[in-house]
Amino acid sequence: MIRLEKRPEPSRFWTAVTPLIAVALTMVVGGMLFAWQGADPVEAIRTIFWDPIFNPQFAAFTRPQLLVKAGPLILIAIGLSIGFRAGIWNIGAEGQYIMGAICGAGAGLAFYPSESVLIFPLMIVAGALGGWAWAMIPAVLKTRFGTNEILVSLMLVYVAENILASVSSGLLRNPEGMGFPGSRNFKQWDATHNAELISGTGMHWGVVFAFIAVIAAYVLMARHIQGFHIRLTGEAPRAARFAGVNPTRIVILCLGISGALAGLAGLFEVTGPAGQISIDFNSGYGFTAIIVAFLGRLHPVGILLAGLLMALTYIGGELAQLMLGVPGASIQLFQGMLLFFLLATDVFTNYRLRFAAREVS
Amino acid sequence: MADTLLSITGLTKAYPGVVANDDVSFDIRTGEIHALLGENGAGKSTLVKMIYGLVAPDRGSMRIDGAAFAPGSPSEARQSGVAMVFQHFSLFDALDVAENVSLGMDDPPKPGALAARIRDVSEAYGLPLDPHRLVGTLSAGERQRVEIIRCLLQDPRLLIMDEPTSVLTPQEVEILFETLRKLKTEGTAILYISHKLEEIRTLCDHATILRRGKKVATCTPAEETARKLAEMMVGSSFATPVAQSRTRGDVLLEIRSLSLPAPDAFSTPLRDVSFAVAAGEVLGIGGVAGNGQDELLAALSGERIAPAGTVALKGKDIARLGPVARRDAGLLSGPEERLGHAAAPNMSLIENGVLTAARRENLVSRGFIGWGDARRFAERVIDAFDVRTPGPGVAARALSGGNLQKFVVGREILQRPDVLVLNQPTWGVDAAAAAAIRQAILDLAAKGAAIVVISQDLDELMEISDRFAALNEGRLSAARPVAELDMEKIGLMMGGAHDMEVAHDVH
Amino acid sequence: MDLGSISVVLLVASIMVSATPILLAAIGEMVVEKAGVLNLGVEGMMITGAVVGFAFAVNSGSPMFGFVAAALAGALLSSAFALLTQFLLSNQVATGLGLTLVGLGLSSLIGKPYEGIKSPTLPKLDIPILSDLPVVGRMLFSHDIMVYLSLLLVVCVWAFLKYTRAGLILRAVGESHDSAHALGYRVVRVRFLAILFGGACAGLGGAYLSLVRVPQWTEGMTAGAGWIALAIVVFASWRAGRILVGAYLFGGVTVLQLNLQAAGANVPVALLSASPYLITILVLIVISARGAHGAPASLARPFHASS
Repeated sequence: MIRLEKRPEPSRFWTAVTPLIAVALTMVVGGMLFAWQGADPVEAIRTIFWDPIFNPQFAAFTRPQLLVKAGPLILIAIGLSIGFRAGIWNIGAEGQYIMGAICGAGAGLAFYPSESVLIFPLMIVAGALGGWAWAMIPAVLKTRFGTNEILVSLMLVYVAENILASVSSGLLRNPEGMGFPGSRNFKQWDATHNAELISGTGMHWGVVFAFIAVIAAYVLMARHIQGFHIRLTGEAPRAARFAGVNPTRIVILCLGISGALAGLAGLFEVTGPAGQISIDFNSGYGFTAIIVAFLGRLHPVGILLAGLLMALTYIGGELAQLMLGVPGASIQLFQGMLLFFLLATDVFTNYRLRFAAREVS
Repeated sequence: MADTLLSITGLTKAYPGVVANDDVSFDIRTGEIHALLGENGAGKSTLVKMIYGLVAPDRGSMRIDGAAFAPGSPSEARQSGVAMVFQHFSLFDALDVAENVSLGMDDPPKPGALAARIRDVSEAYGLPLDPHRLVGTLSAGERQRVEIIRCLLQDPRLLIMDEPTSVLTPQEVEILFETLRKLKTEGTAILYISHKLEEIRTLCDHATILRRGKKVATCTPAEETARKLAEMMVGSSFATPVAQSRTRGDVLLEIRSLSLPAPDAFSTPLRDVSFAVAAGEVLGIGGVAGNGQDELLAALSGERIAPAGTVALKGKDIARLGPVARRDAGLLSGPEERLGHAAAPNMSLIENGVLTAARRENLVSRGFIGWGDARRFAERVIDAFDVRTPGPGVAARALSGGNLQKFVVGREILQRPDVLVLNQPTWGVDAAAAAAIRQAILDLAAKGAAIVVISQDLDELMEISDRFAALNEGRLSAARPVAELDMEKIGLMMGGAHDMEVAHDVH
Repeated sequence: MDLGSISVVLLVASIMVSATPILLAAIGEMVVEKAGVLNLGVEGMMITGAVVGFAFAVNSGSPMFGFVAAALAGALLSSAFALLTQFLLSNQVATGLGLTLVGLGLSSLIGKPYEGIKSPTLPKLDIPILSDLPVVGRMLFSHDIMVYLSLLLVVCVWAFLKYTRAGLILRAVGESHDSAHALGYRVVRVRFLAILFGGACAGLGGAYLSLVRVPQWTEGMTAGAGWIALAIVVFASWRAGRILVGAYLFGGVTVLQLNLQAAGANVPVALLSASPYLITILVLIVISARGAHGAPASLARPFHASS
């Protein structure tokens, strides 16, 4: 009989290798799924993981998309990972993303049609504040009343979606839009357009902020005493109290950071790739970022890689949908499976397999 | 003597890295109280788990009444007449007494009948219990009664008791011994696990001594001296801590009428606690588990803020300060639970050093941790306290209990505290490590620190303290010089009879 | 605004219908949590149940067959969670979230061909005599069979936990898995079964949405109902009776806001449609401010028999 035995300390080897195994397993099972859908599995996998970057025919168009999609995922996942490290489960990033976009866009639209250079920085601040404020709701409720942040942050996603629906056909609606819901298009307003910075790369301000966030998070978690306190709180809450860490402060800090980063991601998305506030501009990045955070082992560099990989599955998924008629939803399933296989293989990080003769358990 | 009830032959059980039991053989006879004696980690727990069907042996066999006995589960063991009273982990706080008893039986009677039987049996054996009370609201002694009654209802032929007296006052111990003697005369065999030598000498007919998984001897404890038993148990003689002559200086820590409500339903409030400790002095605080020890430590370490004016360090009120500010002021502490409270299990020793020493040892500058300095600090603790570890980068959970305890106590002592408060500094620690820790405490006192040791081990407190006080339901008795005390007085103090109303304290 | 157009009889009857999916999911999740496991994948299992139930009902023409298939699908999906958390010792929070994401993806994949189709729905089951009572008859005794089954399920769960030995063992495992293990109970087995039961209940709840309450399949149609079910378990302090109260209260809010929207109440539509979520948050605040009593002590703690 097979038995699990706890390792004296987590294995570094397995920490690094499990994401790779998870990706491989996902490819195998995903391939079987595609075969069941009637597509050639090898071709489907190649279309998703290889063609977006290397296919001579589409790569020129799809390659820049990699950064466009990875930017918000990384930005949000970095924020989430800091909270997850402390055992604070903000799963309402999607709501903070929406609120950041609404607040940032609203701040800009208030000055329409000014072309001042100050508007975009103002919108960035407003976007971060919007996401931060939305995340403060579960934070304050948790510290004040002990309310479960998982449920509250998630409920607030639905509330944010309703607010989005309301403002895109009301408050922020384009007065020149002939009554259609949706705000003015920021792409047609230079002062606020989050344009591609280097042509053909997909690099926009959101991607720059994502890279900055990766570095800042790395320094915070590895070197700074606050990062140490965050990790300590997640590893051993009682030991953290004993060390003098104020748990309230950690909750406020972690939810604040993740909310602000999600808000930023929303602002950059709405002023750039999406172009306007509309009922469905959000595309579930807030939820996919949870997978990115775990796949990256809650480590900033890992998240950077995981964000790129997840962006690849988005683009490759669209490509596969186009070329092979694979349903779009199968990519969502694909991403979910990736997380599942990662969690399943994760056991080897902390445990070792033993083959024992007979064991009563 | 009567016939052999349980015969154990060549039992062996290996875990990766350790052989928990190596070829252990001995017999238990009907109607005897048989002690199983050994240090922490000697293999006592593994052995009884095999008898109770929780763990399967790698090799060896057992026989009951001459018939092969190889229980695959506790319920099979119970059917063969084996019952067990656990030290930890077998009660359910949110369930009532009757439900708890029922869960330990294989074929429980109907709820009404069960409640009646619990009343009858518990009174017959002098251990009265209300079947409808929630177990979480019971005292440690009452909780143990639940376990014992649970066993007795099944008319066991062999009753295993794992460290039963560690949660009892001396008076409660007497009641328990009466019950056990009564059971013995009724023909029940008792396997009594302990490391308390005096208890075994007064109670047990035979004793089997384990050391590092091997049986050392089976003897008649009444015929051996405690010293001899201890040597068989430990294997080699070790240095008993020596107190250097110390001079008592000024009062460094003074607690005045400290009261704190219980943080939750299963904790104890602190009620009007007052004491003072002077430089060069060790104050021992005894008491049965769960009488406010953790709460007192939290109030002193700063994990819980106390009402203004109740905690003074060197004459300055620090009651409203948190752990960091109290450390800065010179008050350091070490909680009971090593893994998860004093240290983070998955973090390295370097990181666990930073946990409390960040500021006093200048490991942080402008918010950034100097990992090089942190490593050197951890290495100093490892060297100074002989912590056995491959290196400072190893996770805390990889260390043995004794080594980790040396690390967390050493971590505080190396920071040169003015006042050090320790809760259960040698709990679950092997004898050599315990002796080293006690010596370090005495050395620190000799250098002029004031020390408070909270412990449930009375022998330890008598050995190292100058004065002794006892916690009972969150109240602290007046502290008395150890030299004036005997077992009876200590028992009364622990039981809450604070009749000896001497002046409030010595200063 | 014309509140007079809201008929009380129809209101109560529709509250019962709108509460049933959440009631089913919440009572299942309560059993899971009583065993000490936190499964955050309710939403994913519900929506999978919704689509599988719908597909089977459409293809077989029998809604009952759809419900059975939905329960099996929910249980099957939950067995993945059980495998990961109980045998591979993965983090329950992360795994539950993963289950929700998988369920959402899986359901939209399966559901594509079924969008815009009508399914056979459950007939009203008029209870003889009682349903002929004036007012009360149509309000309480003229529902489909699943409404009654869901109520019966609540009673069964209550009785199971309170009076049976198996229920006692389940509670014991949730209270302290170490104690239960020391007494020889199979912690992992008990939890595995509880998780399967919770999955089946969530699947039934989802199928009730797609087969009776809506009745149609649309992507993402659970719209947080699974999460609300989780909140109701907290609200109910892990007691079966209060689960019923919570689910009906929530059903009431949902129906009321829909009626207010239809009646053209002078309240922003966004606020009305967000009201169920806002009220859930409000309830959570009130409950936690009072101190969440009754949570199983081992909830969400991983169990590994180390020796």
